[in-house]
Amino acid sequence: MEIYVNGEPRQVEDSLHISELVDMLDLGNRRIAIEVNLEIVPRSSYTIYKLQGGDKVEIVHAIGGGSVDGG
Amino acid sequence: MVATQTTLKTRSVSQEDNVLVIDGVTYHSRLLVGTGKYRDLDETRQATEASGAEIVTIAIRRSNIGQNPGEPNLLDAIPTDRYTLLPNTAGCYTVQDAVRTCRLARELLDGHQLVKLEVLGDEKTLYPDMVQTYQAAEILIKDGFKVMVYTNDDPIAAIHLEEMGCVAVMPLAAPIGSGLGIRNPYNIRTIVENASVPILVDAGVGTASDASIAMELGCDGVLMNTAIAGAKVPVLMASAMKKAVEAGREAYLAGRIPRKRYASASSPVDGTFF
Repeated sequence: MEIYVNGEPRQVEDSLHISELVDMLDLGNRRIAIEVNLEIVPRSSYTIYKLQGGDKVEIVHAIGGGSVDGG
Repeated sequence: MVATQTTLKTRSVSQEDNVLVIDGVTYHSRLLVGTGKYRDLDETRQATEASGAEIVTIAIRRSNIGQNPGEPNLLDAIPTDRYTLLPNTAGCYTVQDAVRTCRLARELLDGHQLVKLEVLGDEKTLYPDMVQTYQAAEILIKDGFKVMVYTNDDPIAAIHLEEMGCVAVMPLAAPIGSGLGIRNPYNIRTIVENASVPILVDAGVGTASDASIAMELGCDGVLMNTAIAGAKVPVLMASAMKKAVEAGREAYLAGRIPRKRYASASSPVDGTFF
């Protein structure tokens, strides 16, 4: 199936769990937060949350920023 | 002699005057700093340390996927056990983006509720869009967030934001990143006079004297990023800003002399022999 990760299309196995996606992307040891279709997915649900085709996944982390766009 | 000492003691800065209390939490530094625009994380760490700040703003952005797995992490330079992180909605132009950013930050930081809300109006001025700022503040406060809100220097807006339940109101001194200093000291003073939540100048400070002026006006603190990170020697500017905020606060508490148009001699005229 195809999902979108941070805006980029990506082919993954059907019914992939979020925890598997995180491992695949080598983000397992990073401090991140994840939202699927604009809804937060709590870290405690990564192992049970199954992704579906067309899901829009956003994976974010903290970076330097101040009163202006820190990016 | 005893009487003099007592007088001196009561006139010195009390503990209460020295601390900043935001939503019931006590901070000893009145300087809040951003972590953007530094050359690297080492400079971020050094400048943040030199500033003495306890509250440090961060931004929430997309993780790099598969590009740089070994990339250093901001939270290594700014450890959460040493600093109060203030996730910030910088770069958001809509209510939805600001609210999403805060919710992602709360998840990222394990339930952390203190956030800095800014909803911008346009790229040229980076002025706050006040209509959307009110809407986002309302949603966030209902959702349990403790909102420190970026606003224009309008005293009426500041009152509304306080009444809504924002835990601190942060008027701009001048446009973000402009370094133009305190452009409307009279409004800042009025905002301070009206407020019973902390008022912090956020944005527009260019150099140490600007930070002192903000504090002399009675502000409870100053938040800055570009003035430090964009200086030729950021770590030295961070140290200068720390002193400027402290000096401005002490001068405010000490009470400045009134301005007069003509001189008044500071040496006694009586007893002159010439």
